[in-house]
Amino acid sequence: MDLSVCVFLTGSINRTYTLKTTKTELMANAVAAANTKWWSGGKSPFNMEYGKLMMWYFLMSDAFTFGAFLISYGTVRMSSPSWPDPNFVFQSFPFLGNGLPLLFVSLMTFILIVSSVTMVLAVHEGHHGNKKGVVKYMIWTILGGIAFLGCQAWEWTHLHHEGAWWGSNPFPNADGTVASSNFANFFFTITGFHGFHVFSGVVINIIVTIMAWRGVFERRGHYLMIEKIGLYWHFVDLVWVFVFLFFYLV
Amino acid sequence: MDHQTFGGEVTFPHGAPTDESKKRIWKTTWILSAITLVELALGYWIYIMHKDPAFNQTLVYFLKGIIVILSLAKAFYIVSIFMHLGDEVRNMIMTIVVPLLLFVWFIIAFLWDGTSWKNLRNDFAPKDPIKAEQVDHSGKHEEGHKGGLK
Repeated sequence: MDLSVCVFLTGSINRTYTLKTTKTELMANAVAAANTKWWSGGKSPFNMEYGKLMMWYFLMSDAFTFGAFLISYGTVRMSSPSWPDPNFVFQSFPFLGNGLPLLFVSLMTFILIVSSVTMVLAVHEGHHGNKKGVVKYMIWTILGGIAFLGCQAWEWTHLHHEGAWWGSNPFPNADGTVASSNFANFFFTITGFHGFHVFSGVVINIIVTIMAWRGVFERRGHYLMIEKIGLYWHFVDLVWVFVFLFFYLV
Repeated sequence: MDHQTFGGEVTFPHGAPTDESKKRIWKTTWILSAITLVELALGYWIYIMHKDPAFNQTLVYFLKGIIVILSLAKAFYIVSIFMHLGDEVRNMIMTIVVPLLLFVWFIIAFLWDGTSWKNLRNDFAPKDPIKAEQVDHSGKHEEGHKGGLK
């Protein structure tokens, strides 16, 4: 996992400065794209820039990390005679009080979906080489990320005040028995790991937005860096789909 | 700048993105939102059913299964449209998708194991001494945890 990040970063640095594309080369490639003889040599068979490909492989390894977390959660849940009811645990909304299951987490889910949309719009503007559009949508994406982190901070604080933390779970099982701390351990570990991904995504988003604003990508002639961080950001949204599913819905 | 090129590679094989691709982004946004709303509606349905102690367990499992399938559809749309994986070269897609098939085995094997462990314990040690899993008669939790904000 760490190896692929390194490869991805060094690769993009090394290759950024080897840009030389002529008009004929460009057209030749356009033709090649139509014929798709990708393995005849002379071109990248995956038709993808190195750093972007490595981002994909990093995300695949990260998918296994999250998958391992979620599957171990599922295994422990299946092996338990009973388990806390998510609608009982997550029933609060700031300023609105209790008895509102699913409401707060739907807000968090929609925030993340919207920030995913603004990110894909930033990538779209990048394809058109529109610096202003990229910066605008990246700022919206960053705001969405910060809003999501704020929601998560509220929920963690609230649950912590309830007495839930690693190693302590105050919520009873659905059948009324006293629950072990497994529920709280998995909840804080997995949402924490996801929240850390969101946090690092926001930091990298801020960095690339400043780079875009200062015209770094304009000088490079492409906005591939936005595409790469975009992949990461969508992945974070993708993971949330499953965290939402397994912790809140089922 | 018509094409995204990088070191002689066409990174966007379908030519310059047009307004068509923007339309696709919005369409996907509505699909994702609609699926999420349906999931939430099913979630509320389960919540309301749980209020009746004699709820229909089979129906709950069925609804949960539908929610899982809807989430997989969401995952497909995010990866295929937002991450543009659907637009990549087929061989590239396969290097991502084929390894992920391991999850099929992971999920079946581990959940099976968890269920089996529970059944074995119920069969051979029904009075498991783990206090945490027992009904608490100490009276300490007589009131029960109310949950929610205080």
